[in-house]
Amino acid sequence: MSTTAAAPATGSTEAVPSRGMRFTGWAANYVDERTSASTAVKALGRKIFPDHWSFMLGEVALYSFIVILLSGTFLTFFFDPSMTEVEYEGSYLPLNGIPMSVAYATSLDISFEIRGGLLMRQVHHWAALLFVASIGLHMLRVFFTGAFRKPRELNWIVGFLLFVMAMALGFTGYSLPDDLLSGNGLRIIDGMIKAVPVAGGWISYLLFGNEFPGTDIIPRLYVLHIMLLPAITIALIGIHMVLLVVNKHTQFAAPGRTNDNVVGAPVMPVFAAKAGGFFFIVFGVIVLIASFFTINPIWNYGPYDPSPVSAGTQPDWYIGFADGALRLIPSNLESVIFGYTWSWGVLIPLVGLVLFLAVVALYPFLEAWVSGDKREHHIAERPRNAPARTAIGAAGVVFYAVLWAAASSDLIATHFRLSIEGVILALQTLAIAGPIIAYLVTKRVCLALQRKDREIALHGFESGRIVRLPGGEYIEVHEQLDDYERWKLVSYEEYQPLMVRPDDRGRITVRQRVRAGLSRWFFEDRIAPVTVRELEQQKH
Amino acid sequence: MALSSTASSRRAGRRSPLVTTALLVAGLLATGGVYALVATSASADTRAASAQLVDEGGKLFAANCATCHGLAAQGTAAGPSLIGVGALAVDFQVGTGRMPLAASGPQADVKPVQFTQEQIDAMAAWVAELAPGPAIPADRYLAGDGDAANGAQLFRTNCAMCHNVAGAGGALTEGKWAPGLSNIDPVHVYAAMVTGPQNMPVFSDLNLSPEDKNDIITYLRYLDENPSVGGFDLGSLGPVSEGLFIWIFGLGALVAVTIWLTAKSN
Repeated sequence: MSTTAAAPATGSTEAVPSRGMRFTGWAANYVDERTSASTAVKALGRKIFPDHWSFMLGEVALYSFIVILLSGTFLTFFFDPSMTEVEYEGSYLPLNGIPMSVAYATSLDISFEIRGGLLMRQVHHWAALLFVASIGLHMLRVFFTGAFRKPRELNWIVGFLLFVMAMALGFTGYSLPDDLLSGNGLRIIDGMIKAVPVAGGWISYLLFGNEFPGTDIIPRLYVLHIMLLPAITIALIGIHMVLLVVNKHTQFAAPGRTNDNVVGAPVMPVFAAKAGGFFFIVFGVIVLIASFFTINPIWNYGPYDPSPVSAGTQPDWYIGFADGALRLIPSNLESVIFGYTWSWGVLIPLVGLVLFLAVVALYPFLEAWVSGDKREHHIAERPRNAPARTAIGAAGVVFYAVLWAAASSDLIATHFRLSIEGVILALQTLAIAGPIIAYLVTKRVCLALQRKDREIALHGFESGRIVRLPGGEYIEVHEQLDDYERWKLVSYEEYQPLMVRPDDRGRITVRQRVRAGLSRWFFEDRIAPVTVRELEQQKH
Repeated sequence: MALSSTASSRRAGRRSPLVTTALLVAGLLATGGVYALVATSASADTRAASAQLVDEGGKLFAANCATCHGLAAQGTAAGPSLIGVGALAVDFQVGTGRMPLAASGPQADVKPVQFTQEQIDAMAAWVAELAPGPAIPADRYLAGDGDAANGAQLFRTNCAMCHNVAGAGGALTEGKWAPGLSNIDPVHVYAAMVTGPQNMPVFSDLNLSPEDKNDIITYLRYLDENPSVGGFDLGSLGPVSEGLFIWIFGLGALVAVTIWLTAKSN
């Protein structure tokens, strides 16, 4: 930090430097001569970040991950994943003398005996929830502004993998305390694995090392949770950051902001100061929440025992959509084929979720193929200007949200005084109809907003001032936008549906037909952007 | 009851996390003891079920319950027979306000109690006269001075699948639900286990001995008297309320901060 701050200072000290300045100058030079750090600082220090609140959501994810690393390191000092059975003798009275695993006992000790341990546990868990939530919001921002388009498709994939890693880290962490809740969660995973035809039983035995639950799973998950998964996550974050620098940041169209430049604050010093401050704000918010609000009170749940299941047993929110899918699928789907039982009630949600995630991961390539657009895009689109994409996104959000809500079907039933069967039926209907309705409505809303933008760009906005003309006619005065405002409304690109054309050999391939069909679906309904000529005409 | 609850809240205010187990046990014994003294004088009347009390109960029953349960408590199409349900069932149903029923629905709801304890005792005595049934238990089984650890384990095994491990309640089928269990009068907890009201199964003395029931009461009392050490418990509903909280308040606050940070200074 000191070297980066001092690098520009060494060049500009012509007046008499103070002792402190001379020291930083000397120190910076010392480091630079041995590491050539100034090259990196020069390159990175001039990296430009455009200013928009939605561009900081990824930072929230990054900072909460740092908080997770710090608090997690603290927790590893005191947590022992061993499954050896001990009798609890800590200060939580209702568990006194109860036999439990060392893993659960040390989790309880962190909560009750280690000074600051409970705060750290709560910081760790709240930060984890925030980590995945901010990744989700960040992904939505990138999706709806089209910031995944060339050249950023690969970074979308890296980000998607980070999302998957975050869920994997969350789930392995959720399982570690070996309390009733985490054991129930593992039981569901075990059930999902066993539903895989032919290989399921083998995979389950391999993973658990024995009949469920066995004594191997917690130490194994611990290794994954503190070593392999964080290492992969950190590596992916590194790649994500490098690609972010290489690709430059997107920005919203505005006067002076084009596809070929980036307008904003350089990393040094403005952005670094802001980001540094923002890190402490994120840290502070997490610690504040962790000090006032209980998260995962493991002492309530007791040690894991395969027989009891608590009412209101749910996974953490980011696994909720998977739990919801299992709750929504009709429960009696099962068939026996070739002597193997096919549990469609588990397999359909499993395959459906994998497909859903695959579509999320591959969407940039799909859209690029459909539009045939090979250009680079550095302008973040306004969602309304890509109606089909925005509508697909809205449909996806609704689908995810319905599955997510289904994970709390029992709580919805008790808290809104409904019957759980009614809630399930309503959510089943919504899971199918909701995305379709969301698609249609969003697309229409986008087109309507585009039409409104066009109207305002061409004719200005209603001023509310009524003027009576000499002839007695009343008109409302429309005020024209200034050029800066108008720029935002008119600068977007228009795509047209592909025409099906015969290739060199005079044939029309199926592939081409599919592509043309998709392209029609994407771009048939569109509002033409305002042209320069239209604007010129309007002025006269 | 009022005496014990003020005593406990005053104690909770001074509580530090370093309080010893011994102090806690002593406190529980003290509150239990105070409660036992109060409860003894209340239930003494019940046991002295004089003919006068039964008569009075009969009149109250005819005026308030007979429409559905029949004049001889033999049951009608609108309500079940009460012959053999015992005094304990009456004490539970009327004492928690579930009876008289406000409206038919999937389940009788808790509402403000409609009768005084004397009136409830009178009706209980009248119903108990009809045929033998579960009676109000001895005070020592309601004291809440048992083994909280055993109670917690029994609770997790027998009760938590409907009532939630922290007694926050849960959903049942067809619009029915298992109610939350915070701050329930011990006699009602005991009665629920013995008489199995609404959709609840009966936990007979062979299934859970009276001592076990007292342990469960002890655990519930522990939950009432010891708020979550981690801070506000968000309803003890588990990960759902935590997820909602982080999205609305955690991420909401940080989005507000990002908007503030990027707001133009001019």
